[in-house]
Amino acid sequence: MFAWLIWLVSWGLIAVGCVFIVSGAIGLIRMPDLYTRLHAASVTDTGGAIFIVLGLTLQAFFVFDNPMAGIKVVLVLFFTLFTAPTASHALAKTALLSGHVPTDGEGKPILDSPETAQRLAKSRPEK
Amino acid sequence: MFIVATLALLITMVLTLFRALMGPTIFDRILAVNSFGTKTVLLIAVYGFLTGRPDFVDIALVYALINYIGTIAVLKFFEYDDLGSDAYQEDDF
Repeated sequence: MFAWLIWLVSWGLIAVGCVFIVSGAIGLIRMPDLYTRLHAASVTDTGGAIFIVLGLTLQAFFVFDNPMAGIKVVLVLFFTLFTAPTASHALAKTALLSGHVPTDGEGKPILDSPETAQRLAKSRPEK
Repeated sequence: MFIVATLALLITMVLTLFRALMGPTIFDRILAVNSFGTKTVLLIAVYGFLTGRPDFVDIALVYALINYIGTIAVLKFFEYDDLGSDAYQEDDF
């Protein structure tokens, strides 16, 4: 009774992870602007990673009887959840600093000029 | 099950590469390469479990960290035109 329950739960978790990954990748293609694509890419980093790694840990602990692999997969998730948002933040800040103006759905720029984008990106006001 | 995850990951990697080629600005390319890297991490982990050798996860762990460092290095080089520059003290803190 116990084995098929583990298989079922890990199947479900990995399937949900796949849904997140595919939706993130489609969002990466179809989103109009860089900053919205950043959101779509981070959907795959966080949503997909969490569910797939949970499914893998279940498999590692019960089916493969290899708890060390389960712990390492959780470590992979731990580092991914730290590094992905930081990388997205650094990318958005660099883009804004170099004057990449965010645009809305129809391509109309939200900020009036790249200079305001650069001013917004600087964390300290101009001396 | 792992085959489904592996196929989904491979398809999304093709989509990410498509965004990397098509991306108008350089930031789209950096984003696509970063996203491709995290998908490779998941692919290595899932493929390790697919072939019954769960010790692939060490490679995925190392790859996750190196991918992050690569993205930050490219961003710093792009922002300050010099990897070793200490110019960021003025405007970032």
